[in-house]
Amino acid sequence: MAKSPAELLRGWVIAQAPDAADWITESLDTIAAGAPERDLHIVLGMAPRRLGKADLVLDKADLAAADAARPGWSPEGWSIDGAMRVLALLVSAGNRPFAERFKDLRRTADVAEMIALYRGLPLYPDPETLEFETGEGLRSNIRTVFEAIAHNNPYPRDHFDEHRWNHMVLKALFVGSRLSPILGLTERANPELARILVDYARERWAAGRPVTDELWISVRAFRDDPAISGQLDDAIRTGHLTKEALQ
Amino acid sequence: MMYIDPHAHMISRTTDDYEAMAASGVVALIEPAFWIGQPRTYVGTYVDYLSSIVGWERFRASQFGIRHYCTVGLNSKEANNEELAEGVMEWLPRFALKEGVVAIGEIGYDEQTPLEDKYFRLQLELAKELHLPVMVHTPHRDKKRGTSRSMDVCEEMGVDPGMVIIDHNNEETVAETLQRGFWAGFSIYPSTKMGNARMVELLKQYGGERIIVDSACDWGISDSLGVAKTAKLALESGIPEETVRKVCYQNALDAYGQSGQMKEDDWLNPAPIDQRTLFEGNSILRGGREPRIEAPGERRAGQMLIE
Repeated sequence: MAKSPAELLRGWVIAQAPDAADWITESLDTIAAGAPERDLHIVLGMAPRRLGKADLVLDKADLAAADAARPGWSPEGWSIDGAMRVLALLVSAGNRPFAERFKDLRRTADVAEMIALYRGLPLYPDPETLEFETGEGLRSNIRTVFEAIAHNNPYPRDHFDEHRWNHMVLKALFVGSRLSPILGLTERANPELARILVDYARERWAAGRPVTDELWISVRAFRDDPAISGQLDDAIRTGHLTKEALQ
Repeated sequence: MMYIDPHAHMISRTTDDYEAMAASGVVALIEPAFWIGQPRTYVGTYVDYLSSIVGWERFRASQFGIRHYCTVGLNSKEANNEELAEGVMEWLPRFALKEGVVAIGEIGYDEQTPLEDKYFRLQLELAKELHLPVMVHTPHRDKKRGTSRSMDVCEEMGVDPGMVIIDHNNEETVAETLQRGFWAGFSIYPSTKMGNARMVELLKQYGGERIIVDSACDWGISDSLGVAKTAKLALESGIPEETVRKVCYQNALDAYGQSGQMKEDDWLNPAPIDQRTLFEGNSILRGGREPRIEAPGERRAGQMLIE
C-alpha cells in the first residue's frame, strides 16, 4: 500500500537528520498523543534549530511516492525544517478544528513558517475550511509566501472558486511570478480569465511593455470566443502576438 | 567598516532610512519590541505588531540588503495596563522562538510601578527558560536609581549579567553597569539619551569592552545613522579602529549572538534558503527563468510586491 504523506515526510526528515532522529520521534509521539498546543508551538519553533534549514534532498522515486500519496503534491524545493513543521501539524491531535489552529499559527508565523504552512495545504484535513486563510496568504506582499500557495501546489486547482483562481493568476503576472508552475492552468482555464488576460496584455502593449508567453496557456481554449477573438486578431496583425503562441 | 545597529525601530522608519543605513555600512540591525508612541488597547493589535517585526519588517529590511533581527517583549509602559499585559504574556512564548528573535526586550521600568516590576520579573523568567539574552530599557526619569534597580532584579532572578544588555546608559550609569558585568548599551538619541560627542568622550574613558552603540531610531526625532556617525566621529577623534569595531559591530554580535539566532555568516555568507526566501525569491522555481533586466528603481524594490 502506498505510504501516506506523513509517513513519507517522516522518512525523509529522519533520513536527512539522523542525529536528530530521537528528538523527531519523541516530538511527534508527544504531539500525536494529544499534548497541549504549546508543545506543538515549541516543536515548530525548534525545527530549524534542531534540523537546520537545508533543502530536502529527494530523488525521482521520492517525488513519485509524493504524487502517489496525494496527486499533484510535489515536495520539491521544500526545506527540512519546513517538512518537519508540516509533519508536526499533520500528526497533531488537537481538540479544536484544524482551520482554527492553522489560523493561530499563521497569525504568529515568521516568513519561513508561513511558507511551510502554505506549502502543506494539499495535505491538511478539511481543506475547504482553509479557504479564507489561503486568501490571506495570496494577499501577502512577500513573493515567496504567494508562491508557496500558487506554485507546485494542487490546492488552488482543487479548491479555489473561479474568482479566486483568476485573481491568483493575474496577481502572479503582476508580481513577476512565473505562471507555468501553477498546477491546473489548462484545466481551470475559463472565458472570464481569458478575457482578463487579453485585457491585461493589451494594457501592457499600450504601455510599450512585453507580456510573457505563459499567459496564453489560459487563453488558447477560448481563441474563438467572440469576446476576445477580434482583439487577438488585432494583436496578430500588429505584430504583438504570433499565431503559434495561441496554439 | 561594517556596522550593526542593535536598537532600531524600523517599523516607524521609511525606505529612505533603510537605504541610507545600508549605504552607511549597516549590515544588520535589531528591532526591539517597543511602545509605538501611543498605548495599544487590544491584545490583538499587540500580537499583530509582534508578527510584523518577526516577519514583514524582516522581509522589508532584506530588500535593502540588511539582515533584520528583533527582540520580543512587553514594554514597561504597557505593562501598566494589566488586562493587556496578561494577554500579551500569554502570546509571548509563541514569538520568542521565531527565527531571528535574539532577545526578550525591551523590558524594564518606566515609572517603576509594581506592575512594571511584576512583568519585568516574569519576562526575565521566560528569558531564562528559553536561554535568550535580555534587552533592558532603562527609565528616562529617576534614571540612575532605575538602572541600578534593573540590575538588582536581574541578579535577584538569577539571570547571568553576561546575558543582559542594559540600554540607554549615560555618564551617570555606565560605571556601575560595566562594573557589575552587564553589557552597556548607549543610544545616540541626543534629545533624551546620548550625543555623538559625549559618546566619543566615554569611549576615551572606558574603552570598548562590553560597550554597545545603537541609534534607537523610532517615531521621534532621531537619527537612523547614529551608529555610523558615531563611528566616524570616534575615528576622527583618534579612538582606535579596533575599539570602534567592537562598540559598533562586534560587541552587539557577541551579546545577541548568544541567542544562537545571529551569526556573521547571515550577512557575509547567507544560507541558500535565506537567499531565496528573503533576498531573491525561490530560485528552485525560478531556476529556468531568463534573468530579468530591470531598471534601477525596480531592482531596488526587489521582491516587495507593490500593487
